[in-house]
Amino acid sequence: MFFSMLSEAWHAMGANRLRTFLTMLGMVIGVGAVVLMMAIGQGAQQAIKKSIDSMGSNLFIVLSGSSNSLGTRTGSGNAATLNINDAYAVADLTDVLMVAPINTGNAQIVYSGNNWNTSVIGTTPNYFNIRNWNVDEGYAFTDSDIRSATRVALIGKTVAENLFSDEIDPVGKTIRIKNNPFIILGVLERKGQSLDGRDQDDTVIVPITTAQRKVFGNQIPGSVRMVMAQAKSEKVMSIAEDSINGLLRQRHNIRESMDNDFSVRNLTAMANTAAETTKTMSMLLGAIASISLLVGGIGIMNIMLVSVTERTREIGIRMAIGAREKDILLQFLLEACAISIVGCMIGVLLGLGGAYMIEKAFGLEIVVSTNSILLAFSVAASVGVFFGFYPASKAAKLNPIEALRYQ
Amino acid sequence: MSKNVIDIKGLYKNYNTAAGVFPVLKDVNLKVDEGDYLAIMGPSGSGKSTFMNILGCLDLPTQGEYFLDGEHVTQLNGNQLAHLRNKTIGFVFQGFNLLSRSSLLENVGLPLVYSSQTKEDRNKKSQNLLEKVGLGQYLHSRPNQISGGQQQRVAIARALVNEPRIILADEPTGNLDSKTSEEIMNLFDSLNQEGITIILVTHENDIAAHASRQVRFLDGRIVEDSRHKEFKVKSKKVSAE
Repeated sequence: MFFSMLSEAWHAMGANRLRTFLTMLGMVIGVGAVVLMMAIGQGAQQAIKKSIDSMGSNLFIVLSGSSNSLGTRTGSGNAATLNINDAYAVADLTDVLMVAPINTGNAQIVYSGNNWNTSVIGTTPNYFNIRNWNVDEGYAFTDSDIRSATRVALIGKTVAENLFSDEIDPVGKTIRIKNNPFIILGVLERKGQSLDGRDQDDTVIVPITTAQRKVFGNQIPGSVRMVMAQAKSEKVMSIAEDSINGLLRQRHNIRESMDNDFSVRNLTAMANTAAETTKTMSMLLGAIASISLLVGGIGIMNIMLVSVTERTREIGIRMAIGAREKDILLQFLLEACAISIVGCMIGVLLGLGGAYMIEKAFGLEIVVSTNSILLAFSVAASVGVFFGFYPASKAAKLNPIEALRYQ
Repeated sequence: MSKNVIDIKGLYKNYNTAAGVFPVLKDVNLKVDEGDYLAIMGPSGSGKSTFMNILGCLDLPTQGEYFLDGEHVTQLNGNQLAHLRNKTIGFVFQGFNLLSRSSLLENVGLPLVYSSQTKEDRNKKSQNLLEKVGLGQYLHSRPNQISGGQQQRVAIARALVNEPRIILADEPTGNLDSKTSEEIMNLFDSLNQEGITIILVTHENDIAAHASRQVRFLDGRIVEDSRHKEFKVKSKKVSAE
């Protein structure tokens, strides 16, 4: 019964090919737009997520305060108000997983005839864990390198490309940073751009103790510019922030009325804002695209109403020879659904093709999830049922005598 | 004594028009025996079409009782009426009413779609019937590729496909020339001889002469109900089966 109705729906669609095609086109464009827009939106979300993950998750940055000399105030991170012991104290807090004290600066790096100016980061091995940063070739330095302030370095991909030609393996080579020789232990895996567009691979990482003594030459021994801290989970972020603030105020003997001589920044919050923004954007894109789906559905309804009128006599004949109301209803509903689902399939294919072309042409990141295709299909089927129902019930409610007389 | 396939008692039908209630059928009583061959005659507006619609379970009377093959039609719901139209009654229309997009085979098999038979069964039965009405070579043709008389044969095959007790024919020869009409009527005659009850509406006396019983309508009432001797014998023979 169902299959013979399906084949009748197919016949009916074939009876007026141009009209069926044009009706279907509404669905094709609607579904294609939804698939494409969702692919673009999810691509953007994916890109943001990658950037966030490359930064590390559940992160705080504690910056030292500014200094004030003769009325000229420097920015945060310039006064020597944080030291390495502050970092270790923060690490002992219950909600903090680990910390990495960091000193940064720029330096000229030389390898044989090549030189390159890049940022130098002095830190501890935890830094690689916090930032999810693995070593591609070679290996990272360890805590014993921190203790003995060995002159070893890890370099980012950009630095490696600028100092070494392709044939040379940088691992084990000696570079000079501010005239001090450093042995390259390893090359870090590529991280790409950060959220603000900096090239994260344009960096050299050395043990913090070595950096303090050989590269930056701190005035106050043990002082650090910033401390990167990772909370145990996203849930305890705000508790961790409060306890870091409290702990450092206590350690720095800051009275109630006085301002902090450091600042704590929640990096995840910024990242979340960025993620929310793209999510909103992709939802907006999807919503705009679904309007065309709605228009396609109205097109189906329109044509089905015409079709019911045209086939009034046929409906009368079918009723006279024993079709029940629900048989007629089902027949027209199936026809509407067939148009809508076939249109949907073509739309999905077109949407995928469009996504592929945009990816190739504009280099945008495109993510096509099975979810978005399933969603498109279920929406198409419901559009068929929803917009097909009124015409179908109109057909089923026809009076057989009048329908038979209809010319 | 033969069983009544149709038993109508005190039937009234009114139409509600803008001008008020308009009675079309007034106190119609009719019994039809199994194997009867009935011609309904009467001028236009006499109510015979309305009566046929009620007989065919396409319409319900305003008042009165109608028993069809033991079923109390006036108490049935839409699905049950559809079932009767599908199984108990076969319709033949003046305008043939075939589906132009479908092949003859599909047209004949259509009633079987609504009694949930498989495609093989449908095609087998349809083919047998098309061969029986002499159209075995046109199984896959479309209705517009054959003549009017042939289309009416297809319609008769369609009416027969569910092995109905009764065939209702509304001016089946109205659109045909006299020679083709005669052929169609011969087909009805032979179906009646097989025991199928036939009720047809006609204007023409020579068509009505094929039937064994003539019922004449005037102003919504049956004014004449006569049996044709020659056919009486035949119908008795059938009912004795």
